Amino acid sequence: MIVDASSSAIVTERALNAIAGRIVAGASAVTNLRRLSGGASQELWRFEVAIGDRSIPAILRRAPGGGRVSPASVGPEMEARLMSAAGARGVPVPPVLYVLAPEDGLGRGFVAGFVEGETLGGRIVKTEALASARAVLARQCGQILARIHALDANEFPGMRRFTPLELLDEWQAAYRATGTPRPVFELAFRWLRANCPNPPERPRLVHGDFRNGNLIVGRDGVRAVLDWELAHVGNPMEDLGWLCVNSWRFGAMEKIVGGFGELVDLFAGYEAEGGAADFASIGWWEIFGTLRWGVMCAGMPHAFREFDRTVERAVIARRASETEIDLMRLLTAHPAH
Amino acid sequence: MQDQPHPHEIVASVAEFLRAESHSTFQLRVAANALDIAHRQLELSPGADVTELARLTALLEHGGALTGLNRELAQAIASGAMNLSTPGLAAHLWETTLAKLAVDQPAYSGYRAALRTLRQTYPSTSSG
Repeated sequence: MIVDASSSAIVTERALNAIAGRIVAGASAVTNLRRLSGGASQELWRFEVAIGDRSIPAILRRAPGGGRVSPASVGPEMEARLMSAAGARGVPVPPVLYVLAPEDGLGRGFVAGFVEGETLGGRIVKTEALASARAVLARQCGQILARIHALDANEFPGMRRFTPLELLDEWQAAYRATGTPRPVFELAFRWLRANCPNPPERPRLVHGDFRNGNLIVGRDGVRAVLDWELAHVGNPMEDLGWLCVNSWRFGAMEKIVGGFGELVDLFAGYEAEGGAADFASIGWWEIFGTLRWGVMCAGMPHAFREFDRTVERAVIARRASETEIDLMRLLTAHPAH
Repeated sequence: MQDQPHPHEIVASVAEFLRAESHSTFQLRVAANALDIAHRQLELSPGADVTELARLTALLEHGGALTGLNRELAQAIASGAMNLSTPGLAAHLWETTLAKLAVDQPAYSGYRAALRTLRQTYPSTSSG
């Protein structure tokens, strides 16, 4: 099937023009609409809202085709609510300008202000221009995570809740559903079950996808935290461990935190902002996070065959093996069970 | 045993992509990477499959097809009948995983690191 990208853009532009005044009061039109690559689970469009002689850069984040929201996702409306609440508590986020309504004819999604900066993980860990950011990123991530985890989870009803054991059940079922046997994943599930942490005394709001690649970074450090769709309620260490998964170090393997920093700085930032968590379990959460990314990749061949026959999807599917080599390294370094 | 989608599916999706009207530099790079994976698999997996089958046959003490033997090994690990202290299991899993990375992502940091370490532990480790 050949997607007629140009007509899709025209339809989107017409619909955005109609709601320009709701995105920014007093605006009458949008300009320079273009689809951004990246965002396998979401459509991203960039445009400017024209108001008088000014133009305000904005991003439309929309469910693919307008309506396909994965069951694991909180949905774009909740995502926008979470971002606004987090922003009010000092978490850097793109400002939410407008949440789409059904009558807008654009499907489900929201419009946020455009934040200038780097999002590509490979550049964030390497480029000379961001050396000053790398010096502070781990500590900043700790501070930001502590603020996210201080949000009141009860303000967001309907959010899924998981104890560590329930998370294992959830991801083990997802792995089994792929139908492909993976001896290395079996070893990891076995080890994780044998060493499973207790449920946290106070479950927290967890971002669910806080990692290098979902952060907008400038010379001063983190400018915005993106991609809130996998938020849930659970153990705050899940976010800290996910940030340390080797896949998100983009080749800078020696820098455990996101390929840019050290655990000691991540923990110090977390504590400085009043966060308290079981730091000793970081190894468990790193292994869990590695396995979780592996199961996500292992589920891609199904998505590729059923509804998203893109090259990008095929290539992500073939990243499952990177988690197997990381799991082998991590599991052979821990005592056997 | 190599992962999926299969090389024929990858090649077909690249062909479909190339017939679209416009392509960004990013998308073209992804397409080239996809063809590299298919290419490496066609080149490397016949040999890797033979040695994997031999190791599985020795571990499980009977022959069979790759998928079936892998399923049996997965079940043995899930049930606790086998673990990393089972003779030959760790070496088998390292070799099998290295053979997958040699196809999927030979530049991956975790793969390069494993090759450096394993050349000391298991001198017979293939370079991929």
